[in-house]
Amino acid sequence: MAADESYPEELHYHREHDWARIEDGEAVLGITWFAQDALGELVHYEPPEVGATVSKDSSYGEVESVKAVSEIIAPLSGEVIEVNKAVVDAPETVNEDPYGDGWLIRIRLTQPGESDDLLDVAAYRELLAEQ
Amino acid sequence: MQTLRQTPLHERHRALGARLVPFAGWEMPVQYQGVIPEHRAVRTDCGVFDVSHMGELEIEGPKAHELLQSLLSNDLDKVEPGGAQYTLLTNERGGILDDLIAYRLEPGRYLLIVNASNREADFRWLKEREIRGSDVRDVSDDYALLAVQGPRSIERLGLDDAPPFTWAIHELDGIECMVNRTGYTGERGVELMVPADDGAELWDRVLERGAVPCGLGARDSLRLEVCYPLHGNDIGPDTDAISAGLGWVCTLDKEFTGVAELRRIKEQGPERNLIAFVMAEPGIPRQGMAIPGGGEVTSGTHSPMLDVGIGMGYVPAEMAEPESELTIDIRGRDRRARVVKKPIYKRED
Repeated sequence: MAADESYPEELHYHREHDWARIEDGEAVLGITWFAQDALGELVHYEPPEVGATVSKDSSYGEVESVKAVSEIIAPLSGEVIEVNKAVVDAPETVNEDPYGDGWLIRIRLTQPGESDDLLDVAAYRELLAEQ
Repeated sequence: MQTLRQTPLHERHRALGARLVPFAGWEMPVQYQGVIPEHRAVRTDCGVFDVSHMGELEIEGPKAHELLQSLLSNDLDKVEPGGAQYTLLTNERGGILDDLIAYRLEPGRYLLIVNASNREADFRWLKEREIRGSDVRDVSDDYALLAVQGPRSIERLGLDDAPPFTWAIHELDGIECMVNRTGYTGERGVELMVPADDGAELWDRVLERGAVPCGLGARDSLRLEVCYPLHGNDIGPDTDAISAGLGWVCTLDKEFTGVAELRRIKEQGPERNLIAFVMAEPGIPRQGMAIPGGGEVTSGTHSPMLDVGIGMGYVPAEMAEPESELTIDIRGRDRRARVVKKPIYKRED
């Protein structure tokens, strides 16, 4: 079942519809409810490798629905320390729980100050309202 | 910017919350609840598609049969009134201008249901080749067309069984329809043609009978699982029927446009073949991806029934044997795939 629309308060948002949950020099990354809804039910997740470097505003992987492929943009820079294998095996988890079980990677932040550039939930909702 | 055309069911699609996209100059529903549930509904029960964007051409007159025999690849001598036939409109090089279904309405009257994107070009091609005693008309705007498909479709519509590629006039919940035993999903089903003004009411009656509304997304994944070619992807003016595996709809012992070239290709053997494949590694093939060794993907998707990436593409003849291993270049990553016999998906009965 697809999740209901939501944008948690505690997350940082990137304008390409990605989110980051920052915890102690690390961050968990994923895509927002809006992004998964636009794509439809996901059927493939192409993750980066553990140890790979991701750069803010650049693609670190791909998600695909039956009809479309989308690059996943990193909201922050860092080194990949964990990939969510559950999403590799069952990509629809992202549709069901985009901010919980549907997280995509965990990174060790290399430029923690970058989070200042990200949007808070109010600013992200404003961006969505313009679309 | 060109305004998108809308089918007689446009308001119904909006009311159902469909995601509408431009397709061949039309604003069409790509999905309602989602491609995967819609796809599964057609494989297990019954779905309905608005395909009113498709073109309808009528060819009438004492020479209508002769005209079509000279322009279409399949043999219309085998089709009686009440029958229909899958066939190709070919160019001088044996290329495929369109694939279509010809319905014989009367001995001297045919209906051709053609791809939406080729409607104007097909009409012009036929009109320019009209002979005395034949009249070609584009009647596309007069009709709505609904495809009702799935193992329970006939039962849900309260129809009797009939052989594939036949048609008859029936009244369905008080609406007179041309009921065609044809489709593009590989399932049992019908395509219902009615005057445009009756389209919305027919749609409502079909939904009341339990058909699930389905969009073009599911239409594409359904046809690809059963390896029905899509004109513009898998076949086109620069691909010939023999290489595409459509030799079975070409009657090479009659005369029609491009037949000499098709005879030559058949005799020499095609240099490349349109094959079906299933991914052996993660990844979803898409149209235009390279198949190293000289091939190219023409259609690709994720199969909702097999839960794996599937596709069709042209490869050199020596790579075309079923069970051969292929590589698909998925945005720079080489992923293994296996050539399979068509269709990719077959019901287990």
